[in-house]
Amino acid sequence: MGWKMWALKKSPWVFHVNTGACNNCDIEILELLTPRFDVERFGIRLVGTPRHADALVVTGVVTRQAAPRLKEVYRQTPKPCVVFAIGACACSMGIFKEGYHVAGPVDKVIREEDPNAIILYIPGCPPKPEAMILGVVKALSLL
Amino acid sequence: MGLYILAFLIFPGFLFSTAVGLLSSWVDRKVSARVQWRVGPPVGQPLFDVLKLLGKETIVPENANRAVFLAAPLAGFAAAMIVSTILWLANLFAVSFVGDLIVVVYLLVIPSLSVMIGGFASGNPLATTGANREMKLILAYELPFIVCLAAVIVKSDLGIQLTAIAARPAVLSISGLLGFLVCLLCVQAKLGYPPFDVAEAETEIMGGVYIEYSGVPLAVFKLMQAIMLATLPVFLATVFLGGLHFNGWGILWSILKYLLVIVLVILIKNTNPRLRIDQALRFFWRYLTPVGILAVVLAIAGRAWGITWL
Repeated sequence: MGWKMWALKKSPWVFHVNTGACNNCDIEILELLTPRFDVERFGIRLVGTPRHADALVVTGVVTRQAAPRLKEVYRQTPKPCVVFAIGACACSMGIFKEGYHVAGPVDKVIREEDPNAIILYIPGCPPKPEAMILGVVKALSLL
Repeated sequence: MGLYILAFLIFPGFLFSTAVGLLSSWVDRKVSARVQWRVGPPVGQPLFDVLKLLGKETIVPENANRAVFLAAPLAGFAAAMIVSTILWLANLFAVSFVGDLIVVVYLLVIPSLSVMIGGFASGNPLATTGANREMKLILAYELPFIVCLAAVIVKSDLGIQLTAIAARPAVLSISGLLGFLVCLLCVQAKLGYPPFDVAEAETEIMGGVYIEYSGVPLAVFKLMQAIMLATLPVFLATVFLGGLHFNGWGILWSILKYLLVIVLVILIKNTNPRLRIDQALRFFWRYLTPVGILAVVLAIAGRAWGITWL
């Protein structure tokens, strides 16, 4: 596993990217970061720039305009990093599957940029904050 | 000579200051969490943050001035280490020389300056905005800081040696108390904590001065912030509260003095929103500097007429 991954699991700093979501998942993520759920216990902190981030929390189906920008944000994040795809749209395009404006689900767009990216899925529409915490903790213990 | 190098690297220098700094950083996060009815991070959290940052890759942006971008954190960190060593040596072993107060005040500016220079060298307009604000903030808080130190120097019979100043606790007099309160707010700005964290405004300018930093340089900046969090309360305790002595009951008093300053800083941090840079400038120059000048006048009056409580 290496000490880098161990340290990353102990202190994952999170940057939030919205690639065309309806904002429902964004509201739930915002609630997650409030004092009520206290994710600082796990060392999770919201940072303002992708350069400080370890985990990209991506919501929304990736629209055609957002795709190159999402890849740019992924490039700006220092490796090693993980990507969390939050919500039904980010995991598998959800109800926008036949849409003309979508470039694909999050994992397809990120793997075009980096085939070895570590992507973790948290489905739901929107996932409750408790479900997100469970997903993040389970996912980090699998790494 | 070898003993001084050992002191710089291990005992009150690098390892000790870093350990005390990371512990103080945890105290800050835990107390902030409890004030917000949360649980807060475990004890090792600041250490895990630094270890994680050491394992990430360092990205230098194309537009950045590479040499200055990478050298700025090291310069600030080195200055913070030296200040910590001088202050702890003066407190623990009474190793002091005439004028070391001036050396300490001079060196305490360098971490903020290095943050500012790193921001300017980042090649990012948001970093430039943050560095611009940090520059104005340094101009703002250095003035009342120096004026209050002048009050303390007058009170200790014009001596500028740290051990001489620590021998008489200035806070037992009115001018010393005013000076302590003013310097506490200047220390809040020096640490970059709310209400004066306008340079590293996370939500507003995406991290401000630190926006392009990643990996090892960011880890060095975090260590520098931790050492400053451990050193500035020791400075305030030395100059205003009578120094830290570690013999007998003095250990308890010293820890209480240190914790008093840190808890005041944390409580001010948690109960105030962020000020705009023009509000901060107005606060320091228009409201705090006259209080500092009043402290100096009271100190001079007290010394001229022999009243010790003025």
